[in-house]
Amino acid sequence: MKRLLFAVPVAAFIALVTVFGLGLTKDPSKLPSQLIDRPLPVFALPGIAAINPESGGFASTVFRGQPALINVFASWCSACPPEHPMLGRIKAEGVPVYGIAWKDKPADTRDWLAKLGNPYTAIAADESGRTAIDLGVTGAPESFIVDKAGRVRYKVVGAITPEIWDATLKPLIAKLRTEA
Amino acid sequence: MRRLAFALLVLAAPVHAVQPDEMLADPGLEARARTISQELRCVVCQNQDIDSSDAPLARDLRILVRERLTKGDSDTAAMDYIVARYGHFVLLKPPVEPATWLLWLGPFAVLGLGGAALAYWSRGRRPVDAAPLSDAERRELATLGDSGDSR
Repeated sequence: MKRLLFAVPVAAFIALVTVFGLGLTKDPSKLPSQLIDRPLPVFALPGIAAINPESGGFASTVFRGQPALINVFASWCSACPPEHPMLGRIKAEGVPVYGIAWKDKPADTRDWLAKLGNPYTAIAADESGRTAIDLGVTGAPESFIVDKAGRVRYKVVGAITPEIWDATLKPLIAKLRTEA
Repeated sequence: MRRLAFALLVLAAPVHAVQPDEMLADPGLEARARTISQELRCVVCQNQDIDSSDAPLARDLRILVRERLTKGDSDTAAMDYIVARYGHFVLLKPPVEPATWLLWLGPFAVLGLGGAALAYWSRGRRPVDAAPLSDAERRELATLGDSGDSR
């Protein structure tokens, strides 16, 4: 009995240290999305005339029929340029890549894309940042995988790395394509 | 000197990030907005409330809260609007619900367990009441006494 009285606090202490230790390995900036498995919030954003005069931006209703990626970016975002080539690769692999320029001046977005190239299927401007708030965006870049029915299925906080694409997003999109 | 001290005291008052252009004309609504903002976590600088954060997103959320209140939302509805987008994490005071029972009740459970363990431990230390002697023991004791006298 005495031995148990000694062992219980020690076990409790080890358990506590383990829980806190695991907590330290998590990145607190990566908030779980409230949108997973839920329809995209309704939005209709204008395009950026300076980039593509014909483009009228896009609305949440375009996400039907095939899985797509929504990328929230900005010309002021420092983690965005390293992600840029990855977006081009994703589009080249046949996944539509929709860009939302978040709280960015259209002229800045234009200059930025002129410098880096434009990997996007379509671009829309969210100058007020309201659509980003509806999406639960906390920073740029953030990306969402949307399924055929227009539901959000996955969220990436931060840049999409080749590892995230190969290990998670690509298989997920392949699976979403087979869904009815 | 006293004037300088006063000036320093005024400067040392808590700073708030709310800009004059964000404020609502109605002081009642503005006061409610301030209270709500102080209970919402800034998702960029996570240990600050949006009322005191200078992050652009915090400003947007402050304006959004004020818009909701102007449109007639109750305090709870305005907070729920933000929670629906960012999750319970944005509440600096988490709600009591099944997922947070451990958080709210855990300390009391640990206190109870500790108390129980302490009670059990201290009971084990209490001197044991001597059991009354059996008849055989009493007789033996009597013979021991006798032998003592005869020595």
